Amino acid sequence: MIDRSHIGKALPQSVLRVEAGRLQFFAKAIGETNPIYLDEAAAQAAGYSSLPAPPTFIFAAAQDAGTMARGLVDMGVDTRRVLHAEQGFTYHGMVLAGDMITVTTRVFDIYDKRDGALEFIVLDSAAANQKGAMVAEMRAVVVVRH
Amino acid sequence: MNGGTQTIAAGDELPPLALPPLSRTTCALFAGASGDHNPIHIDIDAAKAAGLPDVIGHGMLSMAMLGRLLTGWMPQAHLRSFTVRFQEPTLIGDAVTCAGRVLERTEAGQEVLIRVEISAVDQQGKIKTVGEATAALTIENENETP
Repeated sequence: MIDRSHIGKALPQSVLRVEAGRLQFFAKAIGETNPIYLDEAAAQAAGYSSLPAPPTFIFAAAQDAGTMARGLVDMGVDTRRVLHAEQGFTYHGMVLAGDMITVTTRVFDIYDKRDGALEFIVLDSAAANQKGAMVAEMRAVVVVRH
Repeated sequence: MNGGTQTIAAGDELPPLALPPLSRTTCALFAGASGDHNPIHIDIDAAKAAGLPDVIGHGMLSMAMLGRLLTGWMPQAHLRSFTVRFQEPTLIGDAVTCAGRVLERTEAGQEVLIRVEISAVDQQGKIKTVGEATAALTIENENETP
């Protein structure tokens, strides 16, 4: 059983510098063909000041820093037993190449199903850019299979 | 988008996105691009040690593909929320098709809110990932969207 006292705790902040090359790599990895995600000139022609980050890219900020994995380990979770169950984003603004994104994550809830065979951890995050503007909120639900 | 978004109505289908069979190369590239280096997506030995027959696709890769479906339909700046549930892992060789359908169109003053259901389904019709997204437009910019 995961100690329920972790509910409400904050995980260490993650900071991601959004580089154009990383965005192009991400776009290629997902097979993106829309030039606004691949070509700076096309992005600018579409009205963006630089390459935009695709909708799920900012999830990478916390992944890079290993925040989520370390947070789970700190809760005593065997990360080999963890599956990503749900993911949600609420958008408040675009993320563009050159931005510095800070992600702050908190444990929103921990609950179990099937008499504890499955435990769910709900992690809520807020992503802000270098101007302090919130660009997105994220909710990750992970399941630990016992 | 053909004819602008003024004509978007409940029941409309999003242009589907048929993906090539999932390859280990795509999993490896996505691991690097997304920052999720969990070896069950990259290393067949680690996948087998975890009881899997082979590496599996990242849930977030599936979500990124659904993101392509959404941004291929509607400029990303209009996206307000995007939520999915990962039901089944995508296996090597799975040919996934992403599809979506407008559930609801609501107008409040100048704002138009569109809610869509989305899914990623494999070649056998098995649902891998399912979710919802919302997009917001104003009556004014409805005709401007490409």
